[in-house]
Amino acid sequence: MTHINAENMHFSALTQMVKSADSEVTIDNVLGQRYIAAGVRGKHVVINGIPGNALGAYMDGCAIEVHGNAQDAVGDTMNTGTLVIYGNCGDTAGYGMRGGKIFVKGYAGWRVGIHMKEYGDYIPEIVVGGSAGAYLGEYQAGGRIVILGIGCEDRQCVGDFTATGMHGGKIYLRSRFVPDDLPPQVEVSRVTDKSELAPLVREFCSYFGYDADELLADDYIVLTPAAACIYKRMYTNRPM
Amino acid sequence: MIDYIQPDYEVVRNKDLCVKCKVCVRQCANQVHAYDEKRDALYVDNSKCVNCHRCVSLCPAHALKIVKTDHCFKPSANYTEDIIKDIYRQADSGGVLLSSMGTPKSYPVYWDKMLINASQVTNPSIDPLREPMEIKTFLGKKPEALEYLPDGSIKTEKYPNLELKVPIMFSAMSYGSISKNAHLCLARAARELGTFYNTGEGGLHEDLYEYGENTIVQVASGRFGVHPAYLRAGSAIEIKIGQGAKPGIGGHLPGSKIGEDVSRTRMIPMGSDAISPAPHHDIYSIEDLRQLVYSLKEATDYKKPVIVKIAAVHNVAAIASGIARSGADIIAIDGFRGGTGAAPTRIRDNVGIPVELALAAVDTRLREEGIRNNVGIVVGGSVRSSADVVKAVALGADAVYIATPALLALGCHLCRSCHSGRCNWGIATQIPELVNRLNPDIGARRLVNLVTAWAHEIMEMMGGMGINSIEALRGNRLMLRGIGLSQKELDILGIKHAGE
Repeated sequence: MTHINAENMHFSALTQMVKSADSEVTIDNVLGQRYIAAGVRGKHVVINGIPGNALGAYMDGCAIEVHGNAQDAVGDTMNTGTLVIYGNCGDTAGYGMRGGKIFVKGYAGWRVGIHMKEYGDYIPEIVVGGSAGAYLGEYQAGGRIVILGIGCEDRQCVGDFTATGMHGGKIYLRSRFVPDDLPPQVEVSRVTDKSELAPLVREFCSYFGYDADELLADDYIVLTPAAACIYKRMYTNRPM
Repeated sequence: MIDYIQPDYEVVRNKDLCVKCKVCVRQCANQVHAYDEKRDALYVDNSKCVNCHRCVSLCPAHALKIVKTDHCFKPSANYTEDIIKDIYRQADSGGVLLSSMGTPKSYPVYWDKMLINASQVTNPSIDPLREPMEIKTFLGKKPEALEYLPDGSIKTEKYPNLELKVPIMFSAMSYGSISKNAHLCLARAARELGTFYNTGEGGLHEDLYEYGENTIVQVASGRFGVHPAYLRAGSAIEIKIGQGAKPGIGGHLPGSKIGEDVSRTRMIPMGSDAISPAPHHDIYSIEDLRQLVYSLKEATDYKKPVIVKIAAVHNVAAIASGIARSGADIIAIDGFRGGTGAAPTRIRDNVGIPVELALAAVDTRLREEGIRNNVGIVVGGSVRSSADVVKAVALGADAVYIATPALLALGCHLCRSCHSGRCNWGIATQIPELVNRLNPDIGARRLVNLVTAWAHEIMEMMGGMGINSIEALRGNRLMLRGIGLSQKELDILGIKHAGE
């Protein structure tokens, strides 16, 4: 078990200490240091404070807890592992993530799950307790995004331009409101089978203390793309 | 529906020479040739011919040739045949025109408007056959000064650099846009030559990890096949911001080209579109770029130089200045005449600027700002010969990227039909029987031959100038003179006119 006091510490010193620490790391007084656990494999990192951008980028199988808010690009291109944020997170969380899970207790910024993709056994999952900003699931090519919308039951829990360019995966919304500007290739349906959703909601509740049965009893809608190839009709081959 | 478009080419068969071996029928993936057994006759469908010369090259009797049709529209210098046909195509389909390889349009080629110096009498030339001639170069950030410890060892922090035995690398072409055998050729040749090839944005095939020391791995907005092992596999990481053939436009590999192997390498499902839009949606400023540069450095323990590749566009000098301050180690500038596996035609033919002007502008700007040593500069986008390499280095490049010449070495005939996915030469295709036509041993040998020949020519030209080290040629614009250029062009290139 390694304890690090990150007060006034430069990010490069901190990331180096995390890399050379043993498998259990607790960091106190984190204030904006970027790239914590970027590219790191197989560690349990507890962060007390507010980590900077690109937390857990490219990470491979770490478990990270953030007791505070997280900033932009959480879990950018992450491969496997779990990120649990006991607060809110900024923009582009889960950019291009291919596997692993991100749980956010509060709300999330813009472009959550952009370019998220799945392959074989790798199925990335993001669960956001509150609302999410604009461009949720932009270019999404795989994986599952769940927006629980806790606290915004009376309004849309996502921002504008949801699912722009989506061509794979699913976006679940615990909401009665269908986003009114969905792109033409995205289909909306009511969720009748919650077998895929339930384990994710239960895991979310296990971290943040919500009642899973209560949340699961509500109505959900799911967004799915109608086609995996959305632009093939756009081009004309020119033999020149 | 009436077909408004008549074939561009005609396949001419000399029936006296033809032995009816039907090689042409078997070799053409576009099904131009057909054999009618009943009549014992061979037929051609000219409308399918892309003029790739596969049948011509393999015809044992030399009975075939392909000619441009003399069927014509009423000539007009304004509404040319190409423009008329494009309008017909778009009226038919409503589609965005798609093309491949570099623009065929007749923009000025500044390489051909610069002449190289040679020594006479004083400062005599050097014969590279008998005297040492150094063309090895190091790519990356260079220290401003060296400090030594009392024991004589270097105290100054050294930055990760790429060591190139020749100042020529193979530029990014993704697995998916070109075949695995083409990648194998590039990887093996890079290893033998002591240089690097670039994965492009399609990930790294598991069979090619063994060439990691000679590999540059690319990270683009779509992040295909990007994971920690991939980042660590290569000797450098390139962030693709732009490509010369399609500045401001991203990559889009259609689902039809994502077969099992490409799917595994890109780590996306088979048949799904691979979309990497032009913007990295986490980069809106140099500070954001810095974040991606440093997250990649963090993930690879600061052991690998990070390259930022941009297309040559109007404000390239200011953009490069920002990149040189972002923590990137190398800037790659791709000119608008560069190739592509597929690009919207109008973008390829109309967007961007020539790499020669971009390079001169960037090198000048970085020198003026005192930050030229922060970065290495690599240029690509139609570097066609060893003379182009020498001129690029003299304008300020540390090294060049070549791709089209490498593909030509592998058998490409520049038919500019890569986007069809039916490359008869096994290069720009994923169809197994076509890929198998490209022999990795022969291909690698041809690439090694090409670059070795260029290296020798570079040494000859350097020797002629009385220069025995590529580092002494770099940015040595006195070695260049313009021919037929305006004063403005000379000013931008930073060279004098011939005779001055």
